[in-house]
Amino acid sequence: MKSLAELQEIRNRTLNNIIMRKEDGQGVRVVVGMATCGIAAGARPVMSAFVEELAKRNLSNVTVTQMGCIGACRLEPIVEIIAPNEEKVTYVKMTPEKAARVVAEHIVNKQVVTEYTIGAAE
Amino acid sequence: MEELSLHILDIVQNSVAADAKLIEVEITEDTAKDKLTVTVKDDGRGMSEETLRKVTDPFTTGRKTRCVGLGIPLLKLAAELTGGRVELSSELGKGTTVTAMFGYSHIDRQPLGDIVSTIHQLIVMNENTDFLYTHRINSKVFTLDTRQMREILGGVPLNTHEVMVWLLEYLKENESSLLKNCDGKE
Ligand SMILES: Nc1ncnc2c1ncn2[C@@H]1O[C@H](COP(=O)(O)OP(=O)(O)OP(=O)(O)O)[C@@H](O)[C@H]1O
Ligand SMILES: [Mg+2]
Repeated sequence: MKSLAELQEIRNRTLNNIIMRKEDGQGVRVVVGMATCGIAAGARPVMSAFVEELAKRNLSNVTVTQMGCIGACRLEPIVEIIAPNEEKVTYVKMTPEKAARVVAEHIVNKQVVTEYTIGAAE
Repeated sequence: MEELSLHILDIVQNSVAADAKLIEVEITEDTAKDKLTVTVKDDGRGMSEETLRKVTDPFTTGRKTRCVGLGIPLLKLAAELTGGRVELSSELGKGTTVTAMFGYSHIDRQPLGDIVSTIHQLIVMNENTDFLYTHRINSKVFTLDTRQMREILGGVPLNTHEVMVWLLEYLKENESSLLKNCDGKE
Protein backbone atom coordinates (compact mmCIF):
# COMPACT_ATOMS: atom_id res chain seq x y z
CA MET A 1 0.00 0.00 0.00
CA LYS A 2 1.11 3.50 -0.76
CA SER A 3 1.49 5.78 2.24
CA LEU A 4 1.64 9.52 2.73
CA ALA A 5 5.19 9.09 4.00
CA GLU A 6 6.30 8.42 0.43
CA LEU A 7 5.61 12.07 -0.28
CA GLN A 8 8.61 12.86 1.86
CA GLU A 9 10.83 10.86 -0.52
CA ILE A 10 9.26 12.53 -3.53
CA ARG A 11 9.97 15.86 -1.90
CA ASN A 12 13.62 15.05 -1.38
CA ARG A 13 13.96 13.73 -4.92
CA THR A 14 12.17 16.53 -6.73
CA LEU A 15 12.87 19.72 -4.86
CA ASN A 16 15.99 20.43 -6.93
CA ASN A 17 14.17 19.83 -10.22
CA ILE A 18 11.37 22.10 -9.12
CA ILE A 19 13.75 24.95 -8.56
CA MET A 20 15.19 24.31 -12.02
CA ARG A 21 11.71 24.20 -13.51
CA LYS A 22 10.90 27.58 -12.04
CA GLU A 23 14.07 29.04 -13.50
CA ASP A 24 13.18 27.56 -16.86
CA GLY A 25 10.45 30.14 -17.20
CA GLN A 26 6.96 29.24 -18.21
CA GLY A 27 6.32 26.16 -20.28
CA VAL A 28 3.44 24.89 -22.35
CA ARG A 29 -0.06 24.93 -20.87
CA VAL A 30 -2.71 22.38 -21.75
CA VAL A 31 -6.14 23.82 -20.91
CA VAL A 32 -9.15 21.51 -20.89
CA GLY A 33 -12.75 22.76 -21.00
CA MET A 34 -14.37 21.56 -17.78
CA ALA A 35 -17.79 23.19 -17.76
CA THR A 36 -20.86 20.95 -17.68
CA CYS A 37 -20.87 20.74 -21.48
CA GLY A 38 -17.23 19.65 -21.57
CA ILE A 39 -17.60 17.08 -18.80
CA ALA A 40 -20.75 15.63 -20.35
CA ALA A 41 -18.94 15.32 -23.69
CA GLY A 42 -16.01 13.41 -22.19
CA ALA A 43 -13.49 15.93 -20.87
CA ARG A 44 -12.49 13.73 -17.93
CA PRO A 45 -10.90 10.86 -19.89
CA VAL A 46 -9.25 13.43 -22.17
CA MET A 47 -7.70 15.16 -19.19
CA SER A 48 -6.57 11.80 -17.78
CA ALA A 49 -4.92 10.96 -21.09
CA PHE A 50 -2.97 14.24 -21.12
CA VAL A 51 -1.79 13.76 -17.54
CA GLU A 52 -0.75 10.18 -18.29
CA GLU A 53 1.07 10.98 -21.54
CA LEU A 54 2.91 13.93 -20.04
CA ALA A 55 4.01 11.92 -17.02
CA LYS A 56 5.07 9.00 -19.22
CA ARG A 57 7.28 11.27 -21.30
CA ASN A 58 8.38 13.18 -18.22
CA LEU A 59 7.43 16.51 -19.77
CA SER A 60 7.65 18.31 -16.47
CA ASN A 61 7.52 21.73 -18.04
CA VAL A 62 3.98 21.21 -19.30
CA THR A 63 1.07 21.94 -16.99
CA VAL A 64 -2.54 20.84 -17.38
CA THR A 65 -5.29 23.16 -16.22
CA GLN A 66 -8.98 23.73 -16.79
CA MET A 67 -11.23 26.42 -18.19
CA GLY A 68 -14.94 27.08 -18.31
CA CYS A 69 -17.30 27.01 -21.27
CA ILE A 70 -16.14 29.05 -24.26
CA GLY A 71 -19.51 28.93 -26.00
CA ALA A 72 -18.85 26.12 -28.46
CA CYS A 73 -20.56 23.34 -26.52
CA ARG A 74 -21.20 21.15 -29.56
CA LEU A 75 -17.44 20.98 -30.19
CA GLU A 76 -16.54 19.79 -26.68
CA PRO A 77 -14.32 18.33 -25.34
CA ILE A 78 -12.20 21.36 -26.21
CA VAL A 79 -8.50 21.65 -25.39
CA GLU A 80 -6.28 24.66 -25.87
CA ILE A 81 -2.52 24.41 -26.16
CA ILE A 82 -0.80 27.59 -25.10
CA ALA A 83 2.93 27.82 -25.68
CA PRO A 84 5.14 30.83 -25.08
CA ASN A 85 5.65 32.93 -28.22
CA GLU A 86 3.18 30.84 -30.19
CA GLU A 87 -0.39 31.38 -31.19
CA LYS A 88 -2.91 29.49 -29.08
CA VAL A 89 -4.19 26.32 -30.76
CA THR A 90 -7.74 25.12 -30.07
CA TYR A 91 -8.47 21.41 -30.51
CA VAL A 92 -12.08 20.24 -30.61
CA LYS A 93 -14.03 17.00 -30.14
CA MET A 94 -11.09 15.55 -28.31
CA THR A 95 -10.68 11.91 -27.26
CA PRO A 96 -7.96 10.17 -25.22
CA GLU A 97 -6.46 8.85 -28.49
CA LYS A 98 -6.36 12.33 -30.01
CA ALA A 99 -4.80 13.62 -26.79
CA ALA A 100 -1.92 11.16 -27.11
CA ARG A 101 -1.30 12.37 -30.67
CA VAL A 102 -1.42 16.02 -29.67
CA VAL A 103 1.21 15.35 -26.99
CA ALA A 104 3.48 13.47 -29.40
CA GLU A 105 3.11 15.73 -32.40
CA HIS A 106 2.29 19.17 -31.08
CA ILE A 107 3.89 19.35 -27.66
CA VAL A 108 6.95 17.20 -28.38
CA ASN A 109 7.53 17.78 -32.09
CA LYS A 110 5.97 21.25 -32.39
CA GLN A 111 3.74 20.16 -35.27
CA VAL A 112 0.13 21.28 -34.89
CA VAL A 113 -2.32 18.42 -35.57
CA THR A 114 -4.33 20.51 -38.01
CA GLU A 115 -7.13 18.01 -38.60
CA TYR A 116 -8.22 18.20 -34.93
CA THR A 117 -8.26 21.99 -34.70
CA ILE A 118 -11.32 24.21 -34.48
CA GLY A 119 -10.46 25.61 -37.90
CA ALA A 120 -10.73 22.17 -39.52
CA ALA A 121 -14.02 21.45 -37.73
CA GLU A 122 -15.76 24.60 -38.93
CA MET B 1 -23.90 12.76 -17.39
CA GLU B 2 -23.91 9.07 -16.56
CA GLU B 3 -21.90 8.83 -13.36
CA LEU B 4 -22.25 10.51 -9.99
CA SER B 5 -18.50 11.14 -10.09
CA LEU B 6 -18.99 13.26 -13.23
CA HIS B 7 -21.63 15.33 -11.45
CA ILE B 8 -19.18 15.76 -8.57
CA LEU B 9 -16.45 16.93 -10.97
CA ASP B 10 -18.92 19.42 -12.39
CA ILE B 11 -20.39 20.70 -9.11
CA VAL B 12 -16.91 21.27 -7.70
CA GLN B 13 -16.12 23.46 -10.74
CA ASN B 14 -18.70 25.89 -9.37
CA SER B 15 -16.76 26.06 -6.10
CA VAL B 16 -13.52 26.59 -8.01
CA ALA B 17 -15.17 29.35 -10.03
CA ALA B 18 -16.31 30.93 -6.75
CA ASP B 19 -12.64 31.19 -5.68
CA ALA B 20 -12.90 28.68 -2.87
CA LYS B 21 -9.72 28.04 -0.92
CA LEU B 22 -10.95 24.83 0.68
CA ILE B 23 -13.43 22.45 -0.90
CA GLU B 24 -14.82 19.53 1.07
CA VAL B 25 -16.19 16.62 -0.91
CA GLU B 26 -17.95 13.92 1.03
CA ILE B 27 -19.59 10.77 -0.26
CA THR B 28 -21.53 8.64 2.19
CA GLU B 29 -22.91 5.30 1.14
CA ASP B 30 -25.23 3.85 3.73
CA THR B 31 -26.75 0.60 2.59
CA ALA B 32 -28.75 0.09 5.78
CA LYS B 33 -30.52 3.40 5.26
CA ASP B 34 -30.50 2.76 1.51
CA LYS B 35 -29.02 6.21 0.99
CA LEU B 36 -26.12 7.72 -0.90
CA THR B 37 -25.29 11.31 -0.03
CA VAL B 38 -22.85 13.62 -1.78
CA THR B 39 -21.87 16.89 -0.13
CA VAL B 40 -19.73 19.61 -1.69
CA LYS B 41 -18.92 22.40 0.73
CA ASP B 42 -16.80 25.40 -0.15
CA ASP B 43 -15.63 28.67 1.38
CA GLY B 44 -16.01 30.60 -1.85
CA ARG B 45 -17.86 33.81 -2.52
CA GLY B 46 -21.33 32.33 -2.03
CA MET B 47 -24.60 33.35 -3.66
CA SER B 48 -27.24 35.93 -2.97
CA GLU B 49 -30.70 34.68 -2.04
CA GLU B 50 -31.91 35.64 -5.46
CA THR B 51 -29.25 33.62 -7.29
CA LEU B 52 -29.86 30.74 -4.94
CA ARG B 53 -33.56 30.74 -5.83
CA LYS B 54 -32.77 30.85 -9.54
CA VAL B 55 -30.33 27.97 -9.60
CA THR B 56 -32.70 25.70 -7.70
CA ASP B 57 -35.34 26.26 -10.33
CA PRO B 58 -34.29 23.85 -13.06
CA PHE B 59 -34.08 24.84 -16.69
CA THR B 60 -35.17 28.42 -16.27
CA THR B 61 -36.21 29.76 -19.67
CA GLY B 62 -33.45 31.08 -21.82
CA ARG B 63 -30.88 28.88 -20.21
CA LYS B 64 -31.53 25.67 -22.01
CA THR B 65 -29.94 26.63 -25.30
CA ARG B 66 -27.02 28.38 -23.64
CA CYS B 67 -24.00 26.66 -22.34
CA VAL B 68 -24.65 27.83 -18.79
CA GLY B 69 -26.69 26.85 -15.83
CA LEU B 70 -26.87 23.12 -16.39
CA GLY B 71 -24.74 21.74 -13.59
CA ILE B 72 -27.08 22.02 -10.62
CA PRO B 73 -30.30 21.22 -12.55
CA LEU B 74 -28.72 18.02 -13.91
CA LEU B 75 -27.66 16.96 -10.43
CA LYS B 76 -31.13 17.72 -9.12
CA LEU B 77 -32.71 15.65 -11.87
CA ALA B 78 -30.39 12.71 -11.19
CA ALA B 79 -31.22 12.82 -7.46
CA GLU B 80 -34.97 13.20 -7.90
CA LEU B 81 -35.10 10.27 -10.29
CA THR B 82 -34.05 8.08 -7.36
CA GLY B 83 -36.52 9.54 -4.88
CA GLY B 84 -33.87 11.83 -3.48
CA ARG B 85 -33.27 15.57 -3.61
CA VAL B 86 -30.71 18.36 -3.69
CA GLU B 87 -30.33 20.92 -0.94
CA LEU B 88 -28.41 24.14 -1.39
CA SER B 89 -27.33 26.57 1.23
CA SER B 90 -25.19 29.59 0.62
CA GLU B 91 -24.13 32.81 2.21
CA LEU B 92 -22.47 35.69 0.40
CA GLY B 93 -18.84 35.95 1.38
CA LYS B 94 -18.99 32.74 3.41
CA GLY B 95 -19.48 29.83 1.07
CA THR B 96 -21.84 27.29 -0.36
CA THR B 97 -22.92 23.77 0.48
CA VAL B 98 -24.56 21.47 -2.04
CA THR B 99 -26.02 18.24 -0.72
CA ALA B 100 -27.41 15.63 -3.07
CA MET B 101 -29.27 12.62 -1.70
CA PHE B 102 -29.94 9.50 -3.73
CA GLY B 103 -31.88 6.31 -3.19
CA TYR B 104 -29.01 3.83 -2.93
CA SER B 105 -30.66 0.78 -4.50
CA HIS B 106 -33.00 2.68 -6.80
CA ILE B 107 -32.81 1.32 -10.34
CA ASP B 108 -32.25 4.80 -11.76
CA ARG B 109 -29.41 5.67 -9.43
CA GLN B 110 -26.33 6.34 -11.47
CA PRO B 111 -23.20 4.45 -10.43
CA LEU B 112 -20.54 6.44 -8.63
CA GLY B 113 -18.23 5.59 -11.53
CA ASP B 114 -14.63 6.69 -11.80
CA ILE B 115 -14.33 8.71 -8.61
CA VAL B 116 -10.56 8.23 -8.64
CA SER B 117 -10.21 10.27 -11.86
CA THR B 118 -12.57 12.93 -10.57
CA ILE B 119 -10.69 13.51 -7.31
CA HIS B 120 -7.30 13.21 -9.00
CA GLN B 121 -8.16 15.79 -11.61
CA LEU B 122 -9.72 18.19 -9.15
CA ILE B 123 -6.57 18.14 -7.05
CA VAL B 124 -3.98 18.35 -9.81
CA MET B 125 -5.85 20.99 -11.81
CA ASN B 126 -6.34 23.35 -8.91
CA GLU B 127 -2.95 23.99 -7.40
CA ASN B 128 -4.25 26.91 -5.34
CA THR B 129 -7.19 25.11 -3.79
CA ASP B 130 -7.19 22.60 -0.97
CA PHE B 131 -9.42 19.57 -0.92
CA LEU B 132 -10.72 17.47 1.91
CA TYR B 133 -12.12 14.29 0.45
CA THR B 134 -14.04 11.76 2.50
CA HIS B 135 -15.60 8.59 1.16
CA ARG B 136 -17.60 6.45 3.56
CA ILE B 137 -19.07 3.09 2.74
CA ASN B 138 -21.02 1.96 5.78
CA SER B 139 -18.44 1.69 8.55
CA LYS B 140 -15.39 2.12 6.32
CA VAL B 141 -13.88 5.47 5.54
CA PHE B 142 -11.15 6.94 3.37
CA THR B 143 -10.02 10.53 3.86
CA LEU B 144 -7.55 12.61 1.91
CA ASP B 145 -6.54 16.11 2.91
CA THR B 146 -4.34 18.04 0.48
CA ARG B 147 -3.24 20.36 3.31
CA GLN B 148 -1.61 17.37 4.93
CA MET B 149 0.01 16.40 1.62
CA ARG B 150 1.37 19.91 1.14
CA GLU B 151 2.81 19.92 4.62
CA ILE B 152 4.84 16.81 3.86
CA LEU B 153 5.76 18.00 0.37
CA GLY B 154 7.16 21.32 1.53
CA GLY B 155 7.33 23.52 -1.55
CA VAL B 156 6.78 20.72 -4.08
CA PRO B 157 3.51 21.46 -5.93
CA LEU B 158 0.76 18.84 -6.11
CA ASN B 159 0.83 19.00 -9.89
CA THR B 160 4.42 17.80 -10.10
CA HIS B 161 4.47 14.68 -12.28
CA GLU B 162 5.84 12.41 -9.58
CA VAL B 163 3.22 13.59 -7.12
CA MET B 164 0.45 13.19 -9.68
CA VAL B 165 1.48 9.62 -10.46
CA TRP B 166 1.76 8.81 -6.76
CA LEU B 167 -1.64 10.37 -6.03
CA LEU B 168 -3.37 8.38 -8.74
CA GLU B 169 -2.06 5.11 -7.29
CA TYR B 170 -2.84 6.21 -3.75
CA LEU B 171 -6.43 6.99 -4.66
CA LYS B 172 -6.82 3.75 -6.62
CA GLU B 173 -5.53 1.61 -3.77
CA ASN B 174 -7.61 3.28 -1.10
CA GLU B 175 -10.80 3.32 -3.15
CA SER B 176 -10.48 -0.33 -4.02
CA SER B 177 -9.81 -1.34 -0.43
CA LEU B 178 -12.95 0.60 0.56
CA LEU B 179 -14.92 -1.54 -1.83
CA LYS B 180 -13.50 -4.78 -0.45
CA ASN B 181 -15.64 -6.20 2.33
CA CYS B 182 -17.70 -3.07 2.33
CA ASP B 183 -20.55 -4.99 3.93
CA GLY B 184 -18.40 -5.57 7.00
CA LYS B 185 -17.51 -9.18 6.15
CA GLU B 186 -13.84 -10.05 6.13
N1 LIG C 1 -20.45 26.86 -5.09
C1 LIG C 1 -20.93 27.99 -5.66
N2 LIG C 1 -20.51 29.20 -5.21
C2 LIG C 1 -20.99 30.35 -5.76
N3 LIG C 1 -21.91 30.38 -6.77
C3 LIG C 1 -22.36 29.21 -7.25
C4 LIG C 1 -21.91 27.96 -6.72
N4 LIG C 1 -22.53 26.96 -7.38
C5 LIG C 1 -23.33 27.56 -8.28
N5 LIG C 1 -23.24 28.90 -8.22
C6 LIG C 1 -23.96 29.89 -9.06
O1 LIG C 1 -25.03 29.20 -9.68
C7 LIG C 1 -24.91 29.30 -11.09
C8 LIG C 1 -25.45 28.04 -11.74
O2 LIG C 1 -24.61 26.93 -11.49
P1 LIG C 1 -24.66 25.71 -12.49
O3 LIG C 1 -23.60 24.75 -12.14
O4 LIG C 1 -26.05 25.16 -12.49
O5 LIG C 1 -24.37 26.33 -13.91
P2 LIG C 1 -23.04 27.07 -14.42
O6 LIG C 1 -21.88 26.67 -13.58
O7 LIG C 1 -23.32 28.52 -14.57
O8 LIG C 1 -22.83 26.47 -15.86
P3 LIG C 1 -22.53 24.94 -16.23
O9 LIG C 1 -22.51 24.19 -14.93
O10 LIG C 1 -23.63 24.52 -17.11
O11 LIG C 1 -21.19 24.92 -16.87
C9 LIG C 1 -23.45 29.57 -11.34
O12 LIG C 1 -23.23 30.24 -12.55
C10 LIG C 1 -23.09 30.44 -10.14
O13 LIG C 1 -23.46 31.77 -10.36
MG1 LIG D 1 -21.58 24.58 -13.09
